[in-house]
Amino acid sequence: MTHSFKEGFKAALPVVFGYFPIGMAFGVLAVQSGMTTLEVFMMSLLVYAGSAQFIAASLLATQASIGTIIFTTFLVNSRHLLMTASLAPYMKKISSKLLSLLGFWVTDETFAVSIAAVAKEPKDKGFFLGLYITSHVAWISSTVLGSMMGNFIPNPEKFGLDFALPAMFIALLILQVRHKKALAIIIISAALSIGIKLNMAGSWNIILATVISATIGVLMDKWMEKSSQSLSA
Amino acid sequence: MMVVTYIPRMLPLAILSRMNISKSFMNWLSYVPVAVLSALLAPELLLKDGQLSINLSNTYLLAAIPCFAAGFFSKSIFLTVVAGMAAIVLLNNVL
Repeated sequence: MTHSFKEGFKAALPVVFGYFPIGMAFGVLAVQSGMTTLEVFMMSLLVYAGSAQFIAASLLATQASIGTIIFTTFLVNSRHLLMTASLAPYMKKISSKLLSLLGFWVTDETFAVSIAAVAKEPKDKGFFLGLYITSHVAWISSTVLGSMMGNFIPNPEKFGLDFALPAMFIALLILQVRHKKALAIIIISAALSIGIKLNMAGSWNIILATVISATIGVLMDKWMEKSSQSLSA
Repeated sequence: MMVVTYIPRMLPLAILSRMNISKSFMNWLSYVPVAVLSALLAPELLLKDGQLSINLSNTYLLAAIPCFAAGFFSKSIFLTVVAGMAAIVLLNNVL
């Protein structure tokens, strides 16, 4: 247990380094949209969702209703349904109680590291605890630090903080690409996401583009299987 | 916000980890990470104020180029994020 916890801790280091610029960026922006350092701390402790927190802070700045903020958060986070679903087969040995806790800690970043790790070899609960607790502590510290600095930074764009989140998505995407088929899915999903966003209000583009392009991926596999069978026959 | 963040993360783990998942569903799930990240990223880079913006004045799109390059060669989250932020600072000061 302690050995695998350490292994999880080590696996978390890239997430920690990735979180710091993003977390600090969120802290700075949150203070500018009217949140206090204590509110930033509580949000990072209880919500722990980078992109949703960014969106909530920007909605707060435009004085959106609580209902709008909660529903948008749900839509943006609904992608985690698909992520935790794809992790589930690798966590069969872990008790239900612990699973409901581990689920809380699955973010875009910790998911990317988890799925890459289990693709190599099976991991036990110590590994996941080490990875997830380290990452959460890093997220809380970086956002709180950012909120304290926020009072002294009048325009965060000057430091490129607004680009921290897209840059993180780029890094995570590159880590996921393991074969050529992935490139086709990237193009399809990106085009769908933009097409849907331009024609539909809200954040439905994320979940719709994901479901459709993953389905196209499966159909591509079936089609390629068939054509290779007919060639050999 | 906490509840709507937590439920999508917890439910599939609690339910699906107790079931046997078919091979084709597993195959479908294997496409999800790449698909969801692309769906999140594309509007950030290609849309500006709700409009398609594919031109040299879109600094996010330009900064994405060195950012992708840094990620491709370093495979490091940290270096990729730092390269992207450095690129956007440079672009904002030059353009």
